[in-house]
Amino acid sequence: MSGLRFGRSPEDRVTGWGLERVTVRYGHAVALDRVSMGVGAGSVTAVVGADGAGKSTLLRTLVGAQRSVSGRVRRPAKRRIGYVSAGPGVYRDLTVDENMAFSARAYGVPRRAARERIGELLAATELTAARRRLAGQLSGGMRQKLALAMAVIHRPELLVLDEPTTGVDPVSRAELWRLMARLAADGTAIALATTYVDEAERAGSVLVLLRGRMLAAGTPASIVADVPGELYTIAGPAHDPRAWRRGPEWRLWSPGGGAPPDAELRTPDLEDALVMAQLAVELGTPGDGGTGAAA
Amino acid sequence: MLAMALKELRQLRRDRRTVAMMVILPVLLLVVFGYAARFDIDKVPTVVVGANAEAVAAQLPDRLDVTAIHPDWTRADGVDVLRRADATVVIVADPKAPTILIDGANLFGAQSVLRAVAANPQLPRAEILFNPDLATSVVMVPALIGMILVFIGTVATSLGVVRERQSGTMEQLAVMPFRPGDVFIGKILPYFAVGIVDLVIVVLAGLWIFGVPFNGAPWIFAIGALLFLFVALGMGVLISTVSENQGQAIQLAIMTLLPQILLSGMIFPLDSVAIGVRWISYLLPLTYFVEIARGVMVRGAPFDALLFPIGMLLVLAVAVFALSVLRFRRDLAPSAGRDDRAVTSEATA
Repeated sequence: MSGLRFGRSPEDRVTGWGLERVTVRYGHAVALDRVSMGVGAGSVTAVVGADGAGKSTLLRTLVGAQRSVSGRVRRPAKRRIGYVSAGPGVYRDLTVDENMAFSARAYGVPRRAARERIGELLAATELTAARRRLAGQLSGGMRQKLALAMAVIHRPELLVLDEPTTGVDPVSRAELWRLMARLAADGTAIALATTYVDEAERAGSVLVLLRGRMLAAGTPASIVADVPGELYTIAGPAHDPRAWRRGPEWRLWSPGGGAPPDAELRTPDLEDALVMAQLAVELGTPGDGGTGAAA
Repeated sequence: MLAMALKELRQLRRDRRTVAMMVILPVLLLVVFGYAARFDIDKVPTVVVGANAEAVAAQLPDRLDVTAIHPDWTRADGVDVLRRADATVVIVADPKAPTILIDGANLFGAQSVLRAVAANPQLPRAEILFNPDLATSVVMVPALIGMILVFIGTVATSLGVVRERQSGTMEQLAVMPFRPGDVFIGKILPYFAVGIVDLVIVVLAGLWIFGVPFNGAPWIFAIGALLFLFVALGMGVLISTVSENQGQAIQLAIMTLLPQILLSGMIFPLDSVAIGVRWISYLLPLTYFVEIARGVMVRGAPFDALLFPIGMLLVLAVAVFALSVLRFRRDLAPSAGRDDRAVTSEATA
């Protein structure tokens, strides 16, 4: 048993790159507990979870920057991986051009091909006008786009991005997604971590982590479909541990069905489903007999 | 104010290395200083040559510690002994022209011998070779060249890796197709070029401003200096790999500089450093550079006489490189470690 609660376990459909029942420890602390994830060519897989859930550890393990104690990791050779760390890893004291040139050389892209590719990527990321500026002088969004451009200069088979849109303005976020969609369309397997559920909804498949364990996995629709119980809109404020506020409304998760008098049944979206899944683990569902805190 | 002091105290408590340095360093410095800071030399290694060597050797004052007697050797052989630093004093026991030859490159040894000669009127006249005026600059400048190189080199490179780690680019490097050795060499190569320019400037300035002689072959000096530069830069990178932040890196770099200045024989002669502390001297690259620089520049020593210090610098270079690569492997290729029990398949297709 992988510990997966909702959705379909990806173990049996791992095609391409990914992790199979991988466990990672930091000293005695278990950072990832038998986690599986598949990243198929031409698709985007989003890893969602709260801070400290293990998203970065998972991605670092996938690219080989973190050692696992058990399980299987399938990744291409280093030359075929592109990775953007949460940093992001750009050299602030180098210009945009110099950062790109470093990446091209590091990945062994021939000089002429590199020149063309740099021009093409800077145009796609709208950084052409900034190519002589120091990376340290760029805005957060521009720096993320530069990091992405650096990571794909060698046309990697697997692209791994650690929270590429965190702290980025909505316009730059949209641009980053457009770039990622284009890369996926070209056949790149993309895995990214995000704290934004609306972004996860755009991904082909989603892995939800809760304290290092798989809470849910599958397509956004399958995760929503698999969450037990029903969702209601209620008149707040409510003190029920199964109730939460979303926007101006209050929501209530009813694990066994049945609702308070003035509640209104509604269809959950992915964000609702993730809250419901977490509540199901923390409070337990009538079927599993108790509080199964990620047990 | 109290809030500020309390905050500082809490921060200091977390930075264990700084606390350790503040407590241990004063004790360490006192002990090392105490045992190393001696200018006086009790015994001066002496070789006696010439027909009357045996008889003369038996009458020498205690201070002149006879290490070899060669009745069939001439004055020229004696000069060669000094050139190779096999002894500080050579007594030429030639009945026609008895002479005491003293190595002027060994400043304190020479002064000690001169005092002994002055106290013993029956000893023959003394002749100081290589540095006849016993000028301090002639002895100090070659050593200072090394100190300047180690200072600039170690401090400059000690920030390199820490900076990568702090800016998050180290993680990026870990995923790029670099080998740990590539990163080490790539890190020091630019500094190596700058270091060579520094070296040439400092040597020329030493020759012109202080009138230091350059009696030996420049190529021997170049071999020693380049090896030394590699070790100095490599030590900086090694310091960087074990430091968590730039402050720690600088602290550590300075910590390695202090013993080099005190124990390398640059200021205090190695012979007068207490044995219990002297072993540290033999771990320090500056010790060997000082030997090479003084040997080539002042005494005009031949290559084979400097094989030991050059060989030791080579050993230190290999050690620094190997240790840095080992440290880098932790950062750059954690998944390739021996104790990785994960079945990691690196598909290449």
